[in-house]
Amino acid sequence: MKFKEKAKAEARIPTASVADIVFLLLIFFMVVTVFKQYQGLRVQLPAAKSTQKLEVKRNIVHLWIDRSNRINIDDVIVSMGEVYPVMYQKLQENPATIVSLQVDKEAEYGYVAHVMEELKKANALRVNFATLSLRRGEG
Amino acid sequence: MEFRNVKRHIKPTLEIPTASLGDIVFLLLIFFLVTTSLSAEKGIGLTLPPPGEEVEVSSKNILNVYVNAAGKILVKGEIVELDNLEQIIREHISRNPRLIISLKTDEKAKYEYMIRTLDRIKLSGAKKISLAVPEF
Repeated sequence: MKFKEKAKAEARIPTASVADIVFLLLIFFMVVTVFKQYQGLRVQLPAAKSTQKLEVKRNIVHLWIDRSNRINIDDVIVSMGEVYPVMYQKLQENPATIVSLQVDKEAEYGYVAHVMEELKKANALRVNFATLSLRRGEG
Repeated sequence: MEFRNVKRHIKPTLEIPTASLGDIVFLLLIFFLVTTSLSAEKGIGLTLPPPGEEVEVSSKNILNVYVNAAGKILVKGEIVELDNLEQIIREHISRNPRLIISLKTDEKAKYEYMIRTLDRIKLSGAKKISLAVPEF
């Protein structure tokens, strides 16, 4: 009787390595995570097939234009006249700045062109028109 | 012999309990999983020309693409369907590799019209693109 009990096979899943596996996943997510810095404006971006990922993540200034022509630079609502001084200041701080234009698809192009003129004046020449990616053959 | 065995049993084990480590790390993992937004920055990149730098380009090297307020596209005096634009521009570039595509969008046009036209121009492989508002 006693002998039988001792011989009973132990059924256990080894859990010693779980922590290691989870640590690996954790480190992956820690590296990948970029916290959303800005609230922005509510915009509906247009879709484009030639959408490309922006390689850099740190030198970006976000500029939103919504359909009621409000301008927001890095979460500060500005008027058209303030675009130039604000952007000039940002370019002084970091000359490698890329401006990501998050413009609503219903916005008027003339207004966007005006903002781009101000960007040119402030020497913010590298722009990126934010779009949603659309696969080739779609739409 | 038996005595030695007993002694070994009594020896205190010096171990840090790691049973809860997995739970802690899981908690952190779930936190990062939830907060991560993998939607990276994406869009159509373009470099604007510096202000005041007007370069004389012979009109031979410029292809004007007009977009009117209704989103209709005009190339060399002809209305072009959006789906044909890519092919047309590709043909023009193959004839003249130094061609600059000048995208002139009406002020009243929606931004979306300009982007979808710019998209096709980008897809055609054009490297030199200029954006403008048409002057009348």
